[in-house]
Amino acid sequence: MTEVLERARPVPPGGSEVLVELQDLVVDYGTVRAVDHVSLQIRAGEIVGLAGESGCGKSTTGNAIMQILRPPAQVTSGRILFRGDDLTGKSTEELRQFRWRNVSMVFQSAMNALNPVMRVGEQFVDMMRAHERIDRGTALARSGELLERVGIDRRRVRSYPHELSGGMRQRVIIAMALALSPEIVIMDEPTTALDVVVQREILQEIEALKRDLGFAVLFITHDLSLLIEFADRIGIMYAGELVETLPAGALDRQALHPYTLGLLRSFPPLSGPLERMQGIPGSPPDLAKPPSGCRFHPRCPHCLPGDAALFVRQTTEKPLLREVAPGHRVACHLVNR
Amino acid sequence: MTTLEVQGLMKRFAKLVAVDGVSFELQPGTITALVGESGSGKSTVARLIAQLYEPTGGRVLFDGEDARDDRQYRSQVQMIFQDPFGSLNPVKTVQHHIARPLRIHRIVPRSQVTARVHELLETVGLVPPEDIAAKYPHELSGGQRQRVAIARALAVRPTVILADEPTSMLDVSIRIGILNLMLQLKEDHELAFLYVTHDLASARYVADEMLVMYAGQIVEHGPTEDVLQEPLHPYTRLLLAAAAANRVERRPAQRDAGGGCRFVDRCPLAIDVCSSVLPELVEARPGHSARCHVTAPQPGFNPAD
Repeated sequence: MTEVLERARPVPPGGSEVLVELQDLVVDYGTVRAVDHVSLQIRAGEIVGLAGESGCGKSTTGNAIMQILRPPAQVTSGRILFRGDDLTGKSTEELRQFRWRNVSMVFQSAMNALNPVMRVGEQFVDMMRAHERIDRGTALARSGELLERVGIDRRRVRSYPHELSGGMRQRVIIAMALALSPEIVIMDEPTTALDVVVQREILQEIEALKRDLGFAVLFITHDLSLLIEFADRIGIMYAGELVETLPAGALDRQALHPYTLGLLRSFPPLSGPLERMQGIPGSPPDLAKPPSGCRFHPRCPHCLPGDAALFVRQTTEKPLLREVAPGHRVACHLVNR
Repeated sequence: MTTLEVQGLMKRFAKLVAVDGVSFELQPGTITALVGESGSGKSTVARLIAQLYEPTGGRVLFDGEDARDDRQYRSQVQMIFQDPFGSLNPVKTVQHHIARPLRIHRIVPRSQVTARVHELLETVGLVPPEDIAAKYPHELSGGQRQRVAIARALAVRPTVILADEPTSMLDVSIRIGILNLMLQLKEDHELAFLYVTHDLASARYVADEMLVMYAGQIVEHGPTEDVLQEPLHPYTRLLLAAAAANRVERRPAQRDAGGGCRFVDRCPLAIDVCSSVLPELVEARPGHSARCHVTAPQPGFNPAD
């Protein structure tokens, strides 16, 4: 299955330009470290998936790139480069210009993102006129075109959000995110609240739009199975840290981090033999007091006192991300021995 | 032996028929999955059985008799909800949540309440029980909260558990744990489970029987593996295709189907009769039935006509 999809969607050439680069990004919520020294590159036109459980820092990472962190959250150290330009030192006005035009964002719950008492078209007009000189008529016409791009009748510009289904509202939000032709769209669980069939349709639409318009996507989700087919590259986060990054096609068979493997084993198969699965024992840690050493060690099936030397490292020393194959980095003492 | 039977269950909300003539049985030691998309009426079925809604028509039989609206029925039939954050009182400890049903339904003498609370916490895998019992909901993870909700449901020694999307709000790594707990409870306590979900893979993992719901009706029913490996109804096939990441055709607007099949607008197999005559649930293979003129030929109708 994966092979077929890989053929259908070639990975962008390695030479393509780096659009967004996180360098040792640290985000703190007061005393709680939500994102801990994360380094990640997103190239032009590529879909990067960022996966992990709630509280792992994946949404905070997305919000940091969009520069919409709210106090007490703040970037404590590290850099967020957009085409080499550091966003962390920008003024409010510079950021206002940058958002939507260069980077836009789609949130999980479309219901909360649209204004319930404004017609859909007016919301497009508002957003466009905040960013460029454009008359109302032209803006409305363009919003109709954008709606058609995501498979909604252009007459829906006159609809109120409550007149649209959940799937349609989410399509409206996607259309709005694309209105100013951004170079990258951050999608934070864009389909999680939707039914499977609608979810699948929207993912296919995003892929088609990406092919036509060439934007990059940072796709944040807890659902690894979506990423296998949808993303070019995948980053796995655990307790604020990036623990593995690899090409999406390698996830199935070449993933190495015990947490990634545990996540993969958390989805029962739809066909083939059925065995009793274990998932991952325990729960994600409290970030106010993260475990020492490797943060995954209390839940790791390979962290056993039997191998004393290894056990000491696992429980006291933080594993570093290391490249094990081209484009494949893992932070695990088992791999880095 | 049948623990609970639903016959021709119907629920109307104003003009909307949310549940339209649903019939099935729940057997002890069996997990029955009720799958469908949001709006299919699957949660409403569970709520009707739990007597959270009054049915517009049809019957719920418990141990062969009409279910009464009394304390005994409500202790025998327990429900677990989707949101473990909303179903526990934030200012009460875990001990309080589980002791309360024990006292109200006088399950054990007062002196044994605490011991029984601890026993129940161990049953659902919350250890050490003394520590957990003293905690407040906000001190627990989502998975732990859902386990508390399950322990509370078990406190009154039910025979039927209605689990409405019990894992959909939990982190993926702990969902399997809740599903395993359901399997273990089914085996150890001979419970009859109704597992309401939109997730076919998790339904396959736990369920013995599968009911597929569309627009208020059961469109397919059979042993889980039969339904998933050889689905009869085109809607089941569409759900499977979406779940298995195959290509899915665009979903047309869901029109009023008039007297015909509810699925006719989205159906790749539709023939003339489908838009005028509602198909019955017909057994096409032993124990495996579907509501479809094409794949489950209807007695008295010849699709070729």
